[in-house]
Amino acid sequence: MSGLMTTVSLSYLVSAVCYVMGLHMMRTPKTARNGNRLSSVGMFLAVIMTFIVALVNHKASTTAWILLVIGLVIGVGYGVWRARTVQMTDMPQLVSLFNAVGGGAAAAIGTFDYLSRPSGASLAFAFSFPVILDLIIGSVTFSGSLIATGKLAGKVSGKPITFPGAKLLNALVVLVILAAFVMTIWFPVNVWTLVVAIVASLIFGILMTIPIGGADMPVVVSLLNAFTGLAVAMAGFVIDNQVLIIAGALVGAAGTILTLQMAAAMNRSVANIIAGGFGTGDSGGTSTDEVPVNVKETSADDVGVQLAYAKNVMIVPGYGLAAAQAQHEVAELAKLLTDNGINVNYAIHPVAGRMPGHMNVLLAEVNVPYDQMKQLEEANSMFETTDVSLVIGANDVTNPEAREPNTAISGMPILDVDKSKSIVVIKRSMSTGYAGIQNPLFSNDKTSMFFSDAKKGLQEIIASTKEYLDQ
Amino acid sequence: MSQELFTNLAIFVLSLLVGFEVISKIPSTLHTPMMSGANAIHGVVVVGSILVALEANSPLFYTIAFIAAVLGAINVAGGYVVTDRMLEMFSKPKKDNNNKGGEQ
Repeated sequence: MSGLMTTVSLSYLVSAVCYVMGLHMMRTPKTARNGNRLSSVGMFLAVIMTFIVALVNHKASTTAWILLVIGLVIGVGYGVWRARTVQMTDMPQLVSLFNAVGGGAAAAIGTFDYLSRPSGASLAFAFSFPVILDLIIGSVTFSGSLIATGKLAGKVSGKPITFPGAKLLNALVVLVILAAFVMTIWFPVNVWTLVVAIVASLIFGILMTIPIGGADMPVVVSLLNAFTGLAVAMAGFVIDNQVLIIAGALVGAAGTILTLQMAAAMNRSVANIIAGGFGTGDSGGTSTDEVPVNVKETSADDVGVQLAYAKNVMIVPGYGLAAAQAQHEVAELAKLLTDNGINVNYAIHPVAGRMPGHMNVLLAEVNVPYDQMKQLEEANSMFETTDVSLVIGANDVTNPEAREPNTAISGMPILDVDKSKSIVVIKRSMSTGYAGIQNPLFSNDKTSMFFSDAKKGLQEIIASTKEYLDQ
Repeated sequence: MSQELFTNLAIFVLSLLVGFEVISKIPSTLHTPMMSGANAIHGVVVVGSILVALEANSPLFYTIAFIAAVLGAINVAGGYVVTDRMLEMFSKPKKDNNNKGGEQ
């Protein structure tokens, strides 16, 4: 090993250590930010060392250098611009977009290397096996993540899209992919094998993602994140680069764990989510806009009175709050109440919002103190002493049906909102949540429903609460 | 099996195990930033993009390499910046009742 290569290899090792330590530090809020920074330092080191080795070893053409630099500048510019300007509510689709480009890059590397081999040459197993996996996983991730991005952004319908013969088509596509797999490993290099593998995998990515409902999308994004990691690791095998293998495997494993934990928090299995046809986003397919007789409707004025004379208020935020981008209004209302000596806390369900932990990010964005955000167990111990629970755009996570057997959400841990003295629910309509079942909480005697968009409704409530507090 | 493949395979398997071990039990609060942070790490693919780009020598390969460079760079740069932005919100002063103000 030459001196330079030794230095490069050691630097890659240092980079890998940075990723592992960085991920480890991201387990607690206190060290999370430094963890991510440590990981980025490792990344910077890996990129710089790669450039140095490229400068010394490669006899690259000027055109190659120019195109590489332009490509990197465009990519960095676009990535940083999107990352800086994205609304916190749109975070999930951006993460999904980054999965897509990562998978796409891995597939492009595989394509490059496969095509570099002379046509008709037979390939060593050590190359053919990772290269075809790289192409398949990378392409599936690319198209699947783009569909997921579209669904989360509302550009593709969030409802599960199913059609007759979908299963048959899926099976056919899988067969074609398997055929391409066999062709790559046991037959000589052929451009058409590559084209078929890529096209079939792209189609499979789309077919896999469209039947999955918007509310389940976060789990899918997390799964595709793990896929991208594996595709990158395979690309590492293809070009014999250890830092790609290590980082890719790390993300593949970490992403898998995260996916399993997210699914567990929703009381679903990953297989069940991928099977699809279940999650329907925030407006259920079986919904009805009719208000049943036993539901009590209320006005902003009435909610204002209740809040102004309460001692302990619990805010229960959900998907509707994220969708309406009403986090600023929530914080304003909470501040108004705390300034007048009323205790305000937030009860945050693990899967509230658009993805696990998303609600905490949104509330942190508007400077809600960390100690006011109560996690499930702590929140549940507080509901009995709560005067008013203000449920904003949350549904299934408060549904007492979860305590009964044989319902779609049986066994899911819920927030015991029904134990508080009075409950106000801000919701656009009586539509069901993604589980597609009615919520008996809404017809509870202690519950009053305030039908409104979260943002507009909260603005009205802030105005009326102010009036009563000023009296 | 060549020595090279064996070494790479060992690295791959051990890294998988480290990945499983290093992030068991994450509080749900951090699921989103964690996913985003892992997302940034697979941006390492840009290293591969750089290495293949310099071997390009015909229009077809220039095109593929260029695509790989753009996509990889979006992943790595965007991934780290957006994760940092998210985590910045978590590390804001927790109890600023004492009017410290800060530089927000």
